[in-house]
Amino acid sequence: MAQATSPPDAAPGEDARARRHSTDAAGLGRVRAALFTAPALALIAVFLVFPALWVLYLGLTTYRLTGADAAEPQFVGLDNFVEALWDPAFWDSTWLTVEFVLGSAVVGQVGLGFTIAWLLRDRRGPLKRLVEGLVILAWILPSAVVSFLWVALLDRDSGTLNALLGIPGFPWLLDHPMLSIVVFNTWRGTAFSMMLYGAALGNVPPSHLESARLAGATGWQQLRDVVFPHIKGHVLTNLLLISLWTFNDFTPFMLTAGGPDGRSEVLAVHVYKVAVQSGELGYGAALSTIILLINLVVAVFYLRLLRSKR
Amino acid sequence: MAAIELRGLTKVYPGGVTALDALDLVVPDGEFFALLGPSGCGKTTLLRTIAGLEAATGGAVVIGGRDVTGVQPGERDVAMVFQDYALFPHMDVADNIAYPLRIKKVPKGARRGKAAEVGARLGLDGLMDRRPGQLSGGQQQRVALARVMATQAQAFLFDEPLSNLDARLRLEARTFLKKLQRELGVTTVFVTHDQAEALAMADRMAVMEAGHIRQIGTPAEVFQRPANTFVAAFIGSTPMNLLDATVRGDTLEVAGCKVPVPASAEGRLQDGERLVYGVRPEYMAYSDGPADAALAGKVAIVENLGASYLVTLDVGDVAVQAVVPEGREPAVGSDGHAVPRRDRALVYRDGELV
Amino acid sequence: MIRFVLGRIGFYALVAVVLAFFTLPLLWLVTAPFTADPTYEVRVPLPGGGRGDGGTAAFTWDNFRAVLEHPYALPSLYNSVLLSAGTAALVVLLAALAAYALSRVRLPGRDALLYVLLLLSSIITGTAAIVPLFQLAVELDLIDSRLGLVLILTGGLLPAAIFMLKDFMDSTPKSYEESARVFGASPLQIVRHVVVPLVRPGLATIAVWAVANVWGNFLMPYLLLSDVEKQPAAVITYTLYTEGGQANLRLLSTFGLLYSVPVVLMYLFVSKKYGFRFHGGIKR
Ligand SMILES: Nc1ncnc2c1ncn2[C@@H]1O[C@H](COP(=O)(O)OP(=O)(O)O)[C@@H](O)[C@H]1O
Ligand SMILES: [Mg+2]
Repeated sequence: MAQATSPPDAAPGEDARARRHSTDAAGLGRVRAALFTAPALALIAVFLVFPALWVLYLGLTTYRLTGADAAEPQFVGLDNFVEALWDPAFWDSTWLTVEFVLGSAVVGQVGLGFTIAWLLRDRRGPLKRLVEGLVILAWILPSAVVSFLWVALLDRDSGTLNALLGIPGFPWLLDHPMLSIVVFNTWRGTAFSMMLYGAALGNVPPSHLESARLAGATGWQQLRDVVFPHIKGHVLTNLLLISLWTFNDFTPFMLTAGGPDGRSEVLAVHVYKVAVQSGELGYGAALSTIILLINLVVAVFYLRLLRSKR
Repeated sequence: MAAIELRGLTKVYPGGVTALDALDLVVPDGEFFALLGPSGCGKTTLLRTIAGLEAATGGAVVIGGRDVTGVQPGERDVAMVFQDYALFPHMDVADNIAYPLRIKKVPKGARRGKAAEVGARLGLDGLMDRRPGQLSGGQQQRVALARVMATQAQAFLFDEPLSNLDARLRLEARTFLKKLQRELGVTTVFVTHDQAEALAMADRMAVMEAGHIRQIGTPAEVFQRPANTFVAAFIGSTPMNLLDATVRGDTLEVAGCKVPVPASAEGRLQDGERLVYGVRPEYMAYSDGPADAALAGKVAIVENLGASYLVTLDVGDVAVQAVVPEGREPAVGSDGHAVPRRDRALVYRDGELV
Repeated sequence: MIRFVLGRIGFYALVAVVLAFFTLPLLWLVTAPFTADPTYEVRVPLPGGGRGDGGTAAFTWDNFRAVLEHPYALPSLYNSVLLSAGTAALVVLLAALAAYALSRVRLPGRDALLYVLLLLSSIITGTAAIVPLFQLAVELDLIDSRLGLVLILTGGLLPAAIFMLKDFMDSTPKSYEESARVFGASPLQIVRHVVVPLVRPGLATIAVWAVANVWGNFLMPYLLLSDVEKQPAAVITYTLYTEGGQANLRLLSTFGLLYSVPVVLMYLFVSKKYGFRFHGGIKR
């Protein structure tokens, strides 16, 4: 019958034993996990965290590319930040950036990326490969090349677009600089969202869609009631990533150089002009810090949504 | 080969769930031991703690006389089959079987040879260069077994290895597994939530509930004399009748009928005591006509079990079940009389066997 | 039935619009390099074309000859290969190790750390940090050093790479590793034998992503490599752009094509071999 053994004598050092014994799947343990992450964290610390902290510091000084302040920058506290907040050019850039992010990332890339993923969701074969291939091509080509391709496409006299529309001489980059870079960035970045949503849609159990269809749900209702609840985590994480990427994207400079008259001078371009072209490094660093703070707010906003919608 | 001994084994998960509560257990060398319990009772946790995949919160695991409680899983000399088999999808069958030998630095040629040998023994020849994704569930299960055999470990741990097979295959695999274990003679702990599987295969078995072992014994002992009402209700393909009873002298009053005190409880009951009277439907003699010491009532339901029938009688306001051989099944609505076998009936006081 | 037909028509119309949108800008890249005297206009290169009849132009290989004769054009492609291969290798290796550890072991503050690094990386790889990075490179004697540039680029790409790879790792079942572990495999063996093969498509995707990033990166090499013989194609492209104040369309278009082909080939190779996708997707 019951083969009970003698009760255990209190084993000494039991806690230490349990701690030495790693419980993760591969038996890494914290020490080895730390070793695995150390090289990556070291590089990140030196080439990312350190420069970032340096930017924070520079933002508090009058550091310039040339002149007396290049050798001995003055510490001026928050003056640069105050100056930025009173500068209409900064606010213009901020609103342009918001337009750029909303237009090209949130509406353009997410909307188009999702549409393509949805259209092609249960297709196989050459059509799907062709569409996906072209979209991804726009994403992996070097920015020097694609920006030039768009300069050619939008050229007022011999550009393909004007030829197709039959309106030779229409100056897209001068008359509609924001529209141009928004459409350009949509074209450039849709691939990431498309691939992400493609994978996410693949994870929606077909039986859920089928039972919705049996219940008579329209395409739109299926999207809202079945698909979206399944992928909303993906949607928010994707939005977070591409919002951050777009916010800090410098490529619009290659199309319009921020012009004309700063009408497409998004913050990334604004910083470049202030810091590199005018040489006001301290002020530029302060602007970068402000951008960091705005990004932080955006990120926290998305993460909040992510948490509350789980 | 080695015995497995657990002393006061306790596992508390970080969230505060006590999955194992001071378990004591000895599995002697070479035994085929089944751990049976409803899902969530801690069976997988117990196996994983023996294997070393979970660190014990308290107590000790001793394998082959060696205390391995703090030892890494790879050094415990046990092999485990996971519920999902965990066959590596990127390796073919031969590489999967030979993987333990690869870790032991056996040269490639010898490895493939051994894999072919073990594979052939399990009827896997011809499948050796397929990927797991190209195998049926039964074949995958045999590959997982072959991989475990290739380790030549001291003890095998199986986590519900048959639960992913369809019913018919499961019966075949059951017989096969039992035969294999007998031939290999390796100490085996086998986890299942299916009581029929445990009864059919085990040399001895333990029934678990919520981190505790409720009974240990041979399948016959556990089936015939469940130590408590939990085990009594859990074991058996038709659940045991557990009926409220009151002691009246040397008889028991059950649902308004009188039955004799079971042989095992004779002289241990007090007059007027309230107890639970237990008898398996298989241990009832059924008759249409009146019988002595019978539970008499109206036939409410008749279920076909194949070679026999399960008859449910309404006795007063309690339901009593009896198994009736084919050809003798009554009509619904007729009078029925079920006589418990006195040597098989049991009495439980506060849930424990008297 | 009518609904079905309309649905089909709508589907193909939408797909056609998408195809047109993504193809139009690329037309110039595949035609201009083969035309004599390219302009911004898209003209079909035909032998004997370009005699007044609109839409065609004379076919020629001359532009390629001109690029070959350019002293820095082809070497710059080689430099690009060195930089992006080095960076991608380092990013994949370090990110895989880190992502694996972060996926499997609960380190305190793990998620917060990842998000903070992600935030920093998207800013620092932009224009904001060029000044400190330049000063840092000067201090560490990494100016004009390809290795230095690789390290800096790696540091910038790692957070996003870890973030995406961790997602891959999170979605692979743990029982494979546990099974290997019971057989006695060491953590490094488990990574080599089990984890890497399982997440190989993810590693390939991250590699392509890293290569494409470095391949197109202009600012960092422009800042940190002053030796023109070490400069990658991204920088050389701009020297063509501004030659004599005007873009040299012959060189630009042809070099642009040559500069694009390697990443496209790499993408095709990887997507054929492993499938180019964000496996489980980024979930949560
Ligand atoms: N990793 C874990 N963390 C916290 N609780 C767990 C974990 N694994 C299992 N449990 C809990 O421990 C109990 C026993 O689980 P398990 O051993 O898987 O049961 P069984 O295998 O018998 O179904 C359950 O209540 C389960 O919820
Ligand atoms: Mg289990």
